[in-house]
Amino acid sequence: MELLVASGVGVLTAGGVWLILQGRSFSVILGLALLSYAVNLFIFASGRLAIGLPPILTKSTTGYTDPLTQALVLTAIVISFGMTAVIVVMALGAFLETGSDRVDIDDDSRDGL
Amino acid sequence: MADKVAAVALPDRNPLPMSLALIAALPFLGALLPGLMIRAGRDACALAAGSVTALALILLGLNAPAVLRGQVVQTRIDWLPALGLNANFMLDGLGLLFAGLILGIGLLIILYARFYLAKSDPMGPFYTYLMLFQGAMTGIVLSDNILLLLVFWELTSLSSFLLIGYWKHLPEGRRGARMALAVTGTGGLALIGGMLILGQIAGSHDLSVILTKGEVIRASPLYLPALILILLGCFTKSAQFPFQFWLPQAMAAPTPVSAYLHSATMVKAGIFLMARLWPVLAGTPEWFYLVATTGLVTMVIGAKVALFKDDLKALLAYSTVSQLGLVTLLLGLGTAQAAAVAMFHILNHATFKAALFMCAGIVDHEAGTRDIRRLGGLRRLMPLTFALTALAALSMAGIPPLNGFLSKEMMLEEVFNAPWMGNDWIVPVLAVTGALFSVAYSFRLIAHVFLGPVRTDYPQAPHDPGPGLWGAPAVLVALVIAIGLAPMTMAGWIVRASASATIGGVPYIKIVHWHGLAAPALWMSIFAIGGGLVLLGLHPHLARLWARVPRPEGAAIFAALVGGARALAQRITDALHGGSLRVALAVATVTIVAAGFFAFATGTHAPGTRALTPILPLAVVGWLLLVSATSALVLMHRQRLLALVLVGVIGLIVSVSFVFLSAPDLALTQILVEVATVVLLLLALNFLPKRPAREGSALRKAGHAVIAAGAGLGAGGLIHALMTRDFAFPTIADYHIANAKTQGGGTNIVNVILVDFRGYDTFGEIVVLGIAALVIFALTEAILRPGPANDRLLSWVPDQSRAGDRHPMMFVIATRLLLPVALMVGVYLFLRGHNQPGGGFIAALVVAVAFLMQFMASGLGWTQARQKIDYHAMIACGVLVAVATGIGAWANGVPFLTSDYGYFTLPVVGTFELATAALFDLGVFLTVLGAVLMALSSLSRIAIRAGGTVNAAPFDIDPQAGPPSASGGR
Repeated sequence: MELLVASGVGVLTAGGVWLILQGRSFSVILGLALLSYAVNLFIFASGRLAIGLPPILTKSTTGYTDPLTQALVLTAIVISFGMTAVIVVMALGAFLETGSDRVDIDDDSRDGL
Repeated sequence: MADKVAAVALPDRNPLPMSLALIAALPFLGALLPGLMIRAGRDACALAAGSVTALALILLGLNAPAVLRGQVVQTRIDWLPALGLNANFMLDGLGLLFAGLILGIGLLIILYARFYLAKSDPMGPFYTYLMLFQGAMTGIVLSDNILLLLVFWELTSLSSFLLIGYWKHLPEGRRGARMALAVTGTGGLALIGGMLILGQIAGSHDLSVILTKGEVIRASPLYLPALILILLGCFTKSAQFPFQFWLPQAMAAPTPVSAYLHSATMVKAGIFLMARLWPVLAGTPEWFYLVATTGLVTMVIGAKVALFKDDLKALLAYSTVSQLGLVTLLLGLGTAQAAAVAMFHILNHATFKAALFMCAGIVDHEAGTRDIRRLGGLRRLMPLTFALTALAALSMAGIPPLNGFLSKEMMLEEVFNAPWMGNDWIVPVLAVTGALFSVAYSFRLIAHVFLGPVRTDYPQAPHDPGPGLWGAPAVLVALVIAIGLAPMTMAGWIVRASASATIGGVPYIKIVHWHGLAAPALWMSIFAIGGGLVLLGLHPHLARLWARVPRPEGAAIFAALVGGARALAQRITDALHGGSLRVALAVATVTIVAAGFFAFATGTHAPGTRALTPILPLAVVGWLLLVSATSALVLMHRQRLLALVLVGVIGLIVSVSFVFLSAPDLALTQILVEVATVVLLLLALNFLPKRPAREGSALRKAGHAVIAAGAGLGAGGLIHALMTRDFAFPTIADYHIANAKTQGGGTNIVNVILVDFRGYDTFGEIVVLGIAALVIFALTEAILRPGPANDRLLSWVPDQSRAGDRHPMMFVIATRLLLPVALMVGVYLFLRGHNQPGGGFIAALVVAVAFLMQFMASGLGWTQARQKIDYHAMIACGVLVAVATGIGAWANGVPFLTSDYGYFTLPVVGTFELATAALFDLGVFLTVLGAVLMALSSLSRIAIRAGGTVNAAPFDIDPQAGPPSASGGR
């Protein structure tokens, strides 16, 4: 399972970074969404993987997975929603204000990479 | 936070154990009042600030008898004992003198400012900043813990920045505020370093302990670095050479601020600290040469520059620099007697200088200018102001019998016997020179502003102001005279108390006017007064000479330094990414990946030994879905509607994998957030291009692909390495598992962590979420204001074909039926959250989605008309409920946010558990719900502006309507 999760995190990160580099506000938002998944999975997985050991106290279980990373990620998910919402409205405002959805003001004069 | 409060046992117990903390806290609490009271008028606003200050002053007065008996009043509150950071306060004679000055003059300033500020000046913020500053200053002088002192020290820098820049429309005000912040802030950083070293040497961060370790500290090899760093902090704050230049620049502040900060309080913070640490640091040659020399140079330079300033406030500013130099010199001499004189002069300077600033403000206010060249002859027009200014200025010049004379005479007496590098006369000569210049500028202030013929070209017709303005300086001038006439009665006791606290012994205090003809100070004084008068007579010639001689300007050097640093930063930025977000992100990503790779390539690592979890076929299916959805998203992201669906798919797989990997709470949260996010993005997408043109060269795309692949490999590799190894240290997870039930009273460990163990974090999270919602609201308001964005919305032409049936009846009926069910599920998830998957976050998201469905089905306008909830209020309620729950823990005598629970039995219902954590969770619930709904409704408001009509009926078709035959042929 470790390999699957790690490669999943890798794929999500790569996709997120690529989308962010596309320079359009909507693709930046999508890219940030993917990066949020990747980061949340990363933090969650740093508590190590466990199957069938939810952190709910019961008498009939053999152990529990790490609850702390879960608590961290839970709030992170909600916060990342807040962040996405702010960026969406910012992107919307920028597009409505300027008529362009590029994230760089003058894209062509700065053909750096 | 305040979990343990204990008054230290003293010879006889402090009758007011908490009062010191309260004195320091009162101004901060008072800072909240002006904003509220301003609605009741400017008088009420000033009255509120004044009452709080007066209350703090009374509390201080109640502690004074004990201090004057020689006790040290202490209040100890453990805050972060592990760091040595405790909210310990102490009050001795030194603290009493300064706290008395801060609060007493603060009270006068509050009165003066009420009448000084113009109608157009917002008074609420002014008093708020003033009270913040007052609290910070009071905190400095009452702190017993040096870390706490540093916190207050930084607060004074910040609040003085706000005060100096209060007139935001004045560029010089903003510039002065920035410069003051930069200089005192930099000094503050040095001070932090010095204080930490000091704490390290002494082995404690409590001043009361440090003050007993003078010998150890002076013998330490780290003494000199600590001394230099601390002095940097003191010299920048007290405007000592070569950092004196910020003080005149700060004169762009309103005059009440100058009178308060730049004469009586903030600039004396550095002096205070030198006096506070005097028993520990003073008495060495290093101390003498650093402090006394700086003081001497500052005193002479300040006095000389002051004479040639034509701006009344600039003159006073440089004279303050000079007088502070005098006090620094006295402290630097390192003798007990000189330190006692320093205390006396601090008191005297505060009285006459604050009065002079206020009088300068009156002149500025009534005559319309404070340029000395445009003034003169005001004696007849403003007799009262003239009298007040003259008395204060004569005191500053050191004319008997006023209080300035007494301390200046004592100062000259002290410096007479101070050899410098084996040279006996250099210190007295320079001190007399400084005194001579100060006589000259004091007389110039009187002569060039008030004496001479009445002019006809004043900008306004000058006249004496009402008692509101002259009242405060009159009180101070009365003190100047009273201390001057009866020094021992009026000031002897406080000088004795503060001096004995400073030197840690009992000084001999005898303040008299006449020391006899043999006293050298008498002749030095006479020489200074005579020379000062001669200088004043020569002033026009000297001023011409002064204007011609070039000299280095501290402010210009500072500006050049800052400008240079800025230009360098600009060059680096331009070379690196030139302001392009994409290039900046690419550079950052490459750097991070390269740094990680460098660490990986140069470090040593063993293969992972942790037993792996088996790969199940179902997981492989999920993984394939995830990878293919992500790849599809990357390839087809320009088809934005499709991209959105793909994001939904990815989010779903992530949620499912959380279930699979034993995280039910996460799965619930993720899937609900997913719904809200996709709806949000859908709403936004309506107003963004749906299929933007392809752009960027293939080469550039390949570059991006390489960067992205590197980042992916790095992140994936890192987490794989983590997961295949065991924990390097025992985790704290076991603690949470073991104590969730016994201490938190719940079996859902994740929820117990959220609302109890890490409740503070959660509290921060909901506050952030609330702020994010408010930001969204503000952004929406900005978009909907008249402007290009609003115009574009008003002329919006839908670029998608529209549905014929905007509000399908099936959908409306279904969501209507689902609403109570969803609400019920929300309540259920909330209630069981402490023990089973659920809780405030998840319940709020369920309820939010339930409301969201109503929006989607019948439109925002229709739904909101039936939903009497103000989202702002909901967010505020949520945060307040959380705060109230946290504070409730104090009533139990336990730290903020400690939860409590108990089991209760009711007939019929049976035994059930009630936990305060549920209340906190309610706060979380309200905030999250309010924030999500605020975000979505803001976007909907944009849609309405773009021509979306608000429907009156829940759905578009009318079920009553039918063919004419069906209605009975009416």
